[in-house]
Amino acid sequence: MKRTRIFLLAAAALALTGCHGKQKSSDFAIPETFDAAKHYEITFWAKNDTNKTQTAIYEKAIADFEALYPNITVNMRLYTDYGKIYNDVITNISTNTTPNVCITYPDHIATYLTGGSSVVSLDDLLTDEKYGLGGSEVMFDAPGRDEIIPQFLEECSFEGSFYAVPFMRSTEACYINKTYVEKLGYTLPETLTWDFIWEVSEAATKKNADGTFAVNGQKVMIPFIYKSTDNMMIQMLKQKGAGYSDETGQILIFNDTTRELLKEIAAHAKSGAFSTFKISSYPANFLNAGQCIFAIDSTAGATWMGTDAPLIDISADSLVDFETAVMPIPQFDAEHPQMISQGPSVCVFQKSDPQEVLASWLFAQYLLTDEVQIAYSQTEGYVPVTSKAQNSAQYREYLSKAGEDNRLHYDVKIKAAQLLLANTDHTFVTPVFNGSASLRNAAGQMIEDVTKSVRRKKEINDAYIEKLYQDTAALYHLDQGAAGAEAGASVQKDLGPLPRTAVILLSALGAAWIWIAAYIIFKRISH
Amino acid sequence: MKKLTALLLSLSLVMVSGAAVMAETEEETAAQEDVKSEGVMTHDEYMEAAVDDEVVIETYVQAKQSWWEDSETGAQQASIYTQDKDGGYFIYNLPCSEKEYEKLEVGTKIKVTGYKSEWSGEVEIVDATYEIEDGEYIAEPLDVTELLGKDELIDHQNEFVSFQGMTVEPIKDADGNEAAFLYNWDGSGEDGNDLYFNVSLNGETYNFTVESYLCDNTTDVYAAVKELQVGDVINLEGFLYWYEGVNPHITSITKAE
Repeated sequence: MKRTRIFLLAAAALALTGCHGKQKSSDFAIPETFDAAKHYEITFWAKNDTNKTQTAIYEKAIADFEALYPNITVNMRLYTDYGKIYNDVITNISTNTTPNVCITYPDHIATYLTGGSSVVSLDDLLTDEKYGLGGSEVMFDAPGRDEIIPQFLEECSFEGSFYAVPFMRSTEACYINKTYVEKLGYTLPETLTWDFIWEVSEAATKKNADGTFAVNGQKVMIPFIYKSTDNMMIQMLKQKGAGYSDETGQILIFNDTTRELLKEIAAHAKSGAFSTFKISSYPANFLNAGQCIFAIDSTAGATWMGTDAPLIDISADSLVDFETAVMPIPQFDAEHPQMISQGPSVCVFQKSDPQEVLASWLFAQYLLTDEVQIAYSQTEGYVPVTSKAQNSAQYREYLSKAGEDNRLHYDVKIKAAQLLLANTDHTFVTPVFNGSASLRNAAGQMIEDVTKSVRRKKEINDAYIEKLYQDTAALYHLDQGAAGAEAGASVQKDLGPLPRTAVILLSALGAAWIWIAAYIIFKRISH
Repeated sequence: MKKLTALLLSLSLVMVSGAAVMAETEEETAAQEDVKSEGVMTHDEYMEAAVDDEVVIETYVQAKQSWWEDSETGAQQASIYTQDKDGGYFIYNLPCSEKEYEKLEVGTKIKVTGYKSEWSGEVEIVDATYEIEDGEYIAEPLDVTELLGKDELIDHQNEFVSFQGMTVEPIKDADGNEAAFLYNWDGSGEDGNDLYFNVSLNGETYNFTVESYLCDNTTDVYAAVKELQVGDVINLEGFLYWYEGVNPHITSITKAE
C-alpha cells in the first residue's frame, strides 16, 4: 500500500476581486414544485481519503438517489485533497462552470462567495415545508432540521446565513504507544496535558551508547509528531484563551502567547522530541514502526493507526507490536478540554435554472440520510452529523462491536469516533471570513518554520519571531484589506526611540522655526 | 614587412585557434568528468551531508514532475528530478515561476542551494534556490534489475533507471479484487489518478507507480499501463523514487522481446 505525499498541482492563480462576501445569495427562489418531467444532469465533486469503500458509498448513494429521482443524473468527480477542490472551484467560478454540489469547508465557501453569489444560501431550503430537510415532497427518509447536531450545523453558518450542511465530522485524536509510555516509567493520565506530552517526549530522546534510542533500540525515534500544525496552533491558542481572529476578520494571531508557544515548540524540535508531517512524514508510519510515541492526527485517520491497523503503509517487517491508546488532544486546562471540530460539509452552487438548483439540493440532502451517514462514518473515525443516525440501532450496534475484528470494527477507529461523540460539547471552530483559510495556513506555517529553522541550527528568539510575524503576515496577505489592516497594525514593528542624530536634526529644525517665528513677530512689532 | 606581418598574424591565429581548441577540450573534459564549481558539493559529499544541512550542488534536469501556484500565497513552485554523472537529486517545491519552469528543459544544468531533507525515506532538497548554468547532460537509464531487493538499490535513489524482463502480477484492490493495475493504491481513484501495478522477478513482487503529475493520462506510459495484462513481460524506465521503501515512478514501458 502506498499513501504517497500529495503533490499539489495546478492551480488557481485567479484573483477574486471585489468583495461581495456579504451579499446573500438571493437569486434563487425555491420552485413551487419540482419538475419531474425534465431531465437534470448535475455534477458532484466529492472528496475521499483515498479509500475505495468511501468511493463505493458515494457511488451507491448516487445510484439509490437516481432510482428515486429517475430524471436526475449525478456525475461524480473524485478528489483526494480538499486543497485541489478549492483551487478547481475558484478556477471554475470565473468560467461559470462550478459543480452543482461540492464537498467543502466553510473557510473555502467564504472565499467562493467573494466571486459573487456563487454558493446558494440554504436558509430557506433548510426549512422549506415541501423540499426542506425532511420536507413533505422529499422522496426519502431525510433528517429534520432539528435532527442535525446543532454545533455541526452552526459551523456552516456565517455572515448570517447557512451556506452548507455538514456531511461528516471528526476531530483530532492523540494515538499513543502506551507500551513505550509505560516503559519510560510513566502512566497515562486521565486527561492528556501538554506538560505530560513534552515531558515524556523529552524522556524518549535518551540514547544508548551506540547511538540507538533507549526506548525502542532503533536509530529513529521522533517521540511526538503532529499531522496538522494549523490545528495544533489553533487549538493551543484556544485552550490558552489567546487571540487568533474574530468574527469580523480581525487577525489576532500575532501575539505574545503565540510567541511563547512557538519558542516552546522550537525547544522540543531542537531536542528531537517533536516534528511534523510536512517535515518528516505521516505520524502513523512512525507510530506503527515504533518510532513515535504520540501521533496526533484526525480521527478520520484512525484506520492507519496501531499494530493491527487495517491500513498500513510500511513494510510488515517494520511493524512493531504495541498497545495503542486513543485520547483527546493534550490540554492546557484539563478541567475544560477544548478541541477542534472538522470534517467535510456540502454546499450547493448557484445555477440559472432554479429547478437544477433544487435537484442539487435534493441530492445534497440525500447525503444526510441514515444509510449514507452510517456507512460513510464507518469507513474512518468519523461520526454522523445527525442525531437520527447517531441514535439509530444500526449505528449503536456498530459502536458496541468495537474490537470484534480489525476491519469494520477496528477498535482504534471506533474509539476515535467515540472520542468525538463524548466531546462534541467541547469542540469549537474558528471564525469564517474571506481570508480565514489563509490565516489557518499561516498558523501552521509558523510552527513549520520554527521547527525547520531550529533543526537548521538557527536561534529562535524574539527577533526571529518578530521577523516571522512580518513575513507570515505579508506572505498570506494578512496585512491587507479590512482584516489585514488590523493584522498589519498588530505586526508593526516597534521601531524604538529615535536615533540621536534624528533627535538633533528635528531639534534644530524646531529651533529654526522658533527663530523664524520670533523674527517675524519682532519685525511686526517693530513696524 | 608585409610578409612578416602576415606571418605574425597567421601565427597569432594559429595560437588563438589552438587555445580555443584547448579550452573546448578542457570544457568537454570538465563536462565529461562533471567537475564541480568552487563551493559545490560532489554527489558523495551530498550523500554524506546530514539531514537539515545546507547543501550546494550542480546537477542536470532529467524530468519535471509538476509546477504549481499556491492560490493563497501566490508562491510558485516546481518539483524536479535531477541527476549528475554520479547520482540523483530530487528537488522538492523549488521556487520557480512558470516562465522559468519552461526554461528547465531536460539536460539543463542548474546550481541548487538548499537544505537536505528526508521524507518517508525519500532524500531530497527543499527550501532551495537555483540558477541555470552552462552545460548539458541527459542520463541514460541505469539497469538496476539485479539490484531489486538488495540494500545497494538505495545508492541509486532518484536516478533514472531501467528494469528488464519484469512480469506483471495481479494487484488487489481494497475489496480483494485482482487487476493488472489500480487507480490509486487501493483502486479508489479514476482515470487521471496515479496508477499502481505489481511486477515480479525471480519470485519477488514489487509495487511500481505511474505518478500522474509526472506522467498524466495523456502520456504513452499511462496508456501502456492501462493495456497491461497479468503475465505480460515488460521492460520499464523511470525514476527511483522512495516512499517507505522503493517506489519507482515509471515513465516508460515496452514489451520485453
